[in-house]
Amino acid sequence: MKFEYAAAPESRAVVNIASNYGLFINGEFVEPHSGAFFKTVNPATEEVLSEVAEAGQADVDAAVKAARRAYDKTWSRMSGKDRGKYLFRIARLIQERSRELAVLESIDNGKPIRESRDVDLPLVAAHFFYYAGWADKLEFAGLGDNPQPLGVAAQVIPWNFPLLMLAWKIAPALACGNTVVLKPAETTPLTALAFADICQQADLPPGVVNIITGAGETGRMLVEHPDVNKVAFTGRTEVGKAIQRAVAGTGKALTLELGGKAANIVFDDAPFDEAIEGVVNGIFFNQGHVCCAGSRLLIQESVADQFIEALKSRLGTLRLGDPLDKNTDIGAINSYQQLAKIEELSKSGEDEGAERWSAQCDMPDKGWWFPPTLFTGVTQAHRIAREEIFGPVLSVLTFRTPDEAIEKANNTPFGLSAGIWTEKGSRILHMANSLRAGVIWANTFNRFDPTSPFGGYKESGFGREGGVHGLAAYLKVEDPS
Amino acid sequence: MNALIGKDDRVEIRKTIKLYIGGAFPRSESGRTYEVNSAKGDFLANVAQGSRKDARDAVLAARSAFTKWSSATAYNRGQVLYRIAEVMEGRREQFIAEVQQTSGSTTKQATKHVDAAIDRWVWYAGWADKLSQVIGTSNPVAGSFFNFSIPEPTGVVVAIAPHDSALLGLSSVIAPIIVSGNSCVVIASQNQPIPAITLAEVMATSDVPGGVVNILTGDAAEIAPWLASHADVNALDLTGITDQQLAQQLEQDAAGTVKFVRGPRTDADWMATPTLSRIRAFTEIKTVWHPMGV
Repeated sequence: MKFEYAAAPESRAVVNIASNYGLFINGEFVEPHSGAFFKTVNPATEEVLSEVAEAGQADVDAAVKAARRAYDKTWSRMSGKDRGKYLFRIARLIQERSRELAVLESIDNGKPIRESRDVDLPLVAAHFFYYAGWADKLEFAGLGDNPQPLGVAAQVIPWNFPLLMLAWKIAPALACGNTVVLKPAETTPLTALAFADICQQADLPPGVVNIITGAGETGRMLVEHPDVNKVAFTGRTEVGKAIQRAVAGTGKALTLELGGKAANIVFDDAPFDEAIEGVVNGIFFNQGHVCCAGSRLLIQESVADQFIEALKSRLGTLRLGDPLDKNTDIGAINSYQQLAKIEELSKSGEDEGAERWSAQCDMPDKGWWFPPTLFTGVTQAHRIAREEIFGPVLSVLTFRTPDEAIEKANNTPFGLSAGIWTEKGSRILHMANSLRAGVIWANTFNRFDPTSPFGGYKESGFGREGGVHGLAAYLKVEDPS
Repeated sequence: MNALIGKDDRVEIRKTIKLYIGGAFPRSESGRTYEVNSAKGDFLANVAQGSRKDARDAVLAARSAFTKWSSATAYNRGQVLYRIAEVMEGRREQFIAEVQQTSGSTTKQATKHVDAAIDRWVWYAGWADKLSQVIGTSNPVAGSFFNFSIPEPTGVVVAIAPHDSALLGLSSVIAPIIVSGNSCVVIASQNQPIPAITLAEVMATSDVPGGVVNILTGDAAEIAPWLASHADVNALDLTGITDQQLAQQLEQDAAGTVKFVRGPRTDADWMATPTLSRIRAFTEIKTVWHPMGV
């Protein structure tokens, strides 16, 4: 049976995209010294949305200088109470403009409006609201009586959750009294630039938040800038390693939130339909562009055939297409480069002997798309079981005993997240105890909350974002030894 | 006369100073030793000069010990750390003599140093079963979940002990690493390694499972790079590295597998009561979303 849906597009009229954007430095938009601009594109239509400044060395210098001045003259001297008030203002402004920001996010990123509207934006506002309340309570964070800010934070974020990653970086940094220079990803700069406008509306003192756009080279100049005290990066593991090397010996504080290859473990007693939905959400949420995605399904052998069949049937009903359509489940792949990477790794899956299955769905003529895909017959040696694909591709492995599931789940250089599906509470806690990952979801997946710390073990990075633990990344503590 | 302990006319039995790996005391696989003298310049011992192979053996031993040690109850780990203090107490005079000879301090200073070291183990022992309560949280998420965060050991930690605080500094580096359930490989002070090996003897007789603490003697500049780039090491503590270039090199090596690095510390006040910062540095925060429902 095939259900027909009438298209239900969200209106684009709420967003107003300028034809070009400068850099947001010291509270205002300025032309780049570099004179260079690059295009940002709607990945669902390949339409050029705007031209955005590409910051060069002089621009990075100017941004760091503005952040330093704001740190010295204003922000580090301001009371926590007043810093908190600015952050509360920002949280409210985000709530007020959330529809506009959600639409803009979907246009620039390609993610379904249902996600940007119901997940990203509420979490963005909540994150600012949460850390706003910390600004005047830092002495209660368990980090000593008088924790101090670090100084200027250089923050580089990815394209998968552009505004949410901005919130995870900026909110705790500002609450702790640091100033920031943030570089959004080159394919998704627009919501960060809209956030600059929100900083202006909030009358945030100039230089406290600076947003510079550009690609990897701009990011490198920013994290290597000698007047930066803290580097926070979310993104690919290879880039994280390069940043750690670059920061080595400088004394800069560093937190890294990198890749993952999470196991989503389904036991034979799992609530069946919930688990199907959870596995789908685990890997196909946000087109699989999620560092903590449940990209390895570990299904108990006794229910494997039945589960995989039900999973395929469910994937057949997912709607792929216009990100602004409220019916859409799977949006566009964020960039051509990412699509090429997903295709290359999927091909390796076939070449190495796994069996590929993709949902039959109509693909739009323009833009970058990849159908929900799963591989069965996957062994732990296959690239698709080891490497992060960062796309809507699920590798299915089986297990017989809990110990085997633990062994397989932990057999990865990553350790960001894991999922457990079972009706047995004691088993959840036993498994959670044994899995070497920073976030464990039981009977749910890809769920976030500002009070809940997030971050990985092993090559998934170090440091936590969210919760009281997220403050430690932005505070200096007196320590005799 | 043996500069170490001998006071009467007896010809003493001198001790061979060897490495401590996996609960045993092997010589360096390389067959090398180096001469260690007292602060006055008297010959004390030919100490094993650890090699790359020794370092790798130590990591293997530490990894093997990790599973059991990290899953021991907090109460149990606390008792084991306390037991270390108990056994050290019995060797107090020996430690004082060794610290005095190797560092050239007065008896009074050496006594203060050793007493502080023993007390430091007691301080950390008490943290074993309080850590989760102080660093852990339950988090009021929006949704039907009991969400909690707890500290867990990060795995195998490599530490370079301070060169100028042979027992207190060494203890202050090892204790916070193992109290949470990590296992460790420590490179002892190159010029003052003898108290470290005596501490190893304490470990070997204090219910510390073999492999939880491994102590290498030798040249950190030679051994540490192999450990910093070792893929089965989870974190690095560079406390005792004084050469900035070496520190930078080690941090760069650590990036290969994204190890957390705690940087060098040249101005430490080891006598002062520590903060939780060393324990925190080598724990991971794990957050669990447990469903609620009928």
